[in-house]
Amino acid sequence: MSSIGLVLVAILVSAVSGLPIALSGGASRRGQAWSAILLVAAGLIGLAGVLPVFVSPEGPPLALAWGLPAGTFSVGLDALSGIFLVPIFIVPALGAIYGLGYWDAKERPADGRRLGLSYGILVAGMALVAIARDAVLFLVAWELMALASWFAATAESEKPEVRRAGWVYLVATHIGTLALFAMFSLWNAANGSFSLDRNLAIPPDSAGFIFVLALLGFGLKAGLVPLHVWLPGAHANAPSHVSAVMSGVMIKLGIYGILRMTSLMPAPEQWWGWTLFAIGGVSAIAGIGWATGQGDIKRVLAYSSVENIGIIAIGAGLALVGRSTGRPALVLLGMGGALFHVWNHSLFKSLLFLDAGLVIHETGTRRLERMGGLAKRLPLAAALFGLGAAALSALPPLNGFAGEWLIYLGFFRGVTVGAANDVPAVAIGAAILATVGALAVAAFVRLFGTVFLGQPRSDAHGEGHVSPKASRNLMLFPMILLGFACLVIGLSPGLLLPALGRAAGDWGNLGEGASKLTALADFSWSLPLGLTLIGSIALLLLFFSLAARRAKTAERGTWDCGYAEPSSRMQYGASSFGEFLGRNLLFVRATLKKGRRPAGAFPDAGFFSTKSPDPVLDLAIRPLAAMASRGLGRIRVLHQGQTQIYLVYVLLATIILLVAGVIPS
Amino acid sequence: MIDTIVRFSLFLLFPPIMLGIVNRVKSIFAGRKGPPILQTWRDIAKLARKGLVVSSTTTWVFLAGPAVALATMLIAGSLVPYGPFRSPFGFTGDVILFAYLFGLSRFFTTSAALDTGSAFEGMGASREVTFAFLTEPALFLALLSLARLSGSLDLNGILLGPAGGFSPATAAPLVLVALALGIVVLAECSRIPVDDPNTHLELTMIHEVMVLDHSGPLFGAITWAASLKFFILSTILLHVVIPMSSGNAIVDWLIFLAGLVAVSIGVGVIESIMARFRMRRVPWFLTGALLCSGSAFVLLVR
Repeated sequence: MSSIGLVLVAILVSAVSGLPIALSGGASRRGQAWSAILLVAAGLIGLAGVLPVFVSPEGPPLALAWGLPAGTFSVGLDALSGIFLVPIFIVPALGAIYGLGYWDAKERPADGRRLGLSYGILVAGMALVAIARDAVLFLVAWELMALASWFAATAESEKPEVRRAGWVYLVATHIGTLALFAMFSLWNAANGSFSLDRNLAIPPDSAGFIFVLALLGFGLKAGLVPLHVWLPGAHANAPSHVSAVMSGVMIKLGIYGILRMTSLMPAPEQWWGWTLFAIGGVSAIAGIGWATGQGDIKRVLAYSSVENIGIIAIGAGLALVGRSTGRPALVLLGMGGALFHVWNHSLFKSLLFLDAGLVIHETGTRRLERMGGLAKRLPLAAALFGLGAAALSALPPLNGFAGEWLIYLGFFRGVTVGAANDVPAVAIGAAILATVGALAVAAFVRLFGTVFLGQPRSDAHGEGHVSPKASRNLMLFPMILLGFACLVIGLSPGLLLPALGRAAGDWGNLGEGASKLTALADFSWSLPLGLTLIGSIALLLLFFSLAARRAKTAERGTWDCGYAEPSSRMQYGASSFGEFLGRNLLFVRATLKKGRRPAGAFPDAGFFSTKSPDPVLDLAIRPLAAMASRGLGRIRVLHQGQTQIYLVYVLLATIILLVAGVIPS
Repeated sequence: MIDTIVRFSLFLLFPPIMLGIVNRVKSIFAGRKGPPILQTWRDIAKLARKGLVVSSTTTWVFLAGPAVALATMLIAGSLVPYGPFRSPFGFTGDVILFAYLFGLSRFFTTSAALDTGSAFEGMGASREVTFAFLTEPALFLALLSLARLSGSLDLNGILLGPAGGFSPATAAPLVLVALALGIVVLAECSRIPVDDPNTHLELTMIHEVMVLDHSGPLFGAITWAASLKFFILSTILLHVVIPMSSGNAIVDWLIFLAGLVAVSIGVGVIESIMARFRMRRVPWFLTGALLCSGSAFVLLVR
């Protein structure tokens, strides 16, 4: 069977993967297991279809008869689609295995049916988005993905905050879809058809408008600042394996949309690249800056997704600038790095979300200030979280570093090649990435430290349930695979370069990109240096633990500078750790403080609380919306609730339009 | 071959002596006799033989802090050229790995501090990660400026760039880069005016408070790693301040050593004549580094 055929089969299997769980009434353990098996099978079939596109020539697109008035069922598979399909076929399958331990369908029959069905359809929708070669089909798949993800994310709809976050998401995603409608109409007008094939004759003006609308519509899904407003709430309130799929895979399709549209059009004007570059830089710094202030384990991870999307956008911006100035090295390094980061982020962010889910499961809370000391109870989960956090902070020798290394190399190349079309200003991106890297270390040391290290800060550990061994192993197994992938890719990133180079070359219309990227970026250092690093750390660790064992000191608490009764509440917590950062990050982070000091001779109880709101959602959109709903309330007079009146409105509107049409002529 | 041997023995043996020189300068200013130059080596040797106390709160992360700090510094030091002598391990893009090794070290030392569950160590960790987000971009902009000057993508080429030739147009940027690197050295190595290694009050410390609970060999490793870091960053600074090569290996090694001694004396003098900044003023100082290297970059690419 052809590659594209295998992918279509995988899509069908994923779409029906929820049926066993739905048909068994949503409460059957066996139904849930069958649906996980179906998703894993779909993932394997899909991968068998996708992986060959990185080596063999692209097959012809497949067009089927389509019963609707517009568009054709036209699908195709190239390296760019392939890059995004790989995580689509890996992460949800692992998430389904994890779900067997994390989300026991027996305990919530009604939600189980909803989640089972929507999860499978979400996978099918995402895969269809990545292969659609027709604008109408693309929009259908896009809506399928948006709605399915909404149903999956709001599976625990009995909680009010879940409903609230779901509402914001639903509004945001449809604003994005509206922008896409406008964009594809423009595309149809400029291109002459809805087919998504490269057309180098698009006039620059239309191309510019299409780019801006793509940035708006796809940027909303990707979560670029300031369009990220839906993302933290939706990611934090979804079941953890759904958060992993949304954050690790789904938001990347927003990036895919931007990349696909820019690859279809002729070489862009320079402002495209600079715009994307600037938005990416703002997203990266603001996202990770906001992450350092959050008190909810999953909101930290969600804001860091905004940061990572920003890094991908910086890479893509570099590639666009390279394309408009005719510098293939920047195109290949920028785009190769961006696509590499798409893969990396899907691995370590899924790992972290799944791990966070396990923590929430065990402690019964998402609040950082109630956690601590979990490394003793969950040693493997702690080690995996540390690995994921280090990979996310782009630390060598892990995969996050390898991806950012490519983008950095692009910046350094931009600064060193002095030619007529020199664009050294791109190198500012290196300073941005360095800031982001340091802040990521800050945010993730804070997260890792407050959740897993030190002592438990409350008795909350009793409130969760210690999961039975079997279900904990089901949760740990996918995490081990993801962590292993982070390490292996970090040690030998060179293996992936041909695939990335091919996709980057396709995107930039550069012809064969695989060998060119391999020539630009030599990863031969990574294995020996990585192994030396790991080996020397392991040796030193062995030496220190032997020394600690030999010393055989009695059980002793932490030295607290002579204080006799240290308690676990005196530890530095998430807010205290983030406070100093917040004070120095005033340009991105707002911290609202509320409190009353005890005063007077007989003081009553004081209190103090801090909160880091989302500056865009909580400080701009919500107040504006409240103002609008107050002011616009007056128009409500028009709504009388009687059909006749509305028909009169329709008639009036028709007359006005008729008159407006007649007057100019 | 001989150069490589000199290189590695110097890298492994000399850094603690630099700390000895700093302390000696400070003692001269204070009118004390001061500890011997080799005191840091004696401390490390003694610590290595001692037993250690490990808090029952901690996990393996506590031991990983010093291990990672030492391992990353050993590798980072082998990537840098010393004076005109190139690193034997250079490769395209090693400059990025070099900078991120410092990040790796910071990730684990601050995690180890949080692992003890002590408020003081948490405080130090919080300050350490906060200041880093100002010094990292300053370091990168300085390296980018040097990359622009040299047209090279690896540390050997980038750092030997200023030695390649002098032109009036590059003088101003190089002065700015040197200022920025100087501030980065003081901040990253926890020296006055950013951090006071000798203060007695835990509340005002950064680096020293993070390692309060480390003892014996663990503390020895931390001390050695800190001196290695001082050596590495001083080496980078020296490439900008005295970019010269005589062509004669022995003379070059002597110039390099004299440079290291000069940096140590300079740091000792600064420590003797300045007070530590108030903690909330430190970010302004570090922003100064960012401004210097940023302006240097702008001057070079305009």
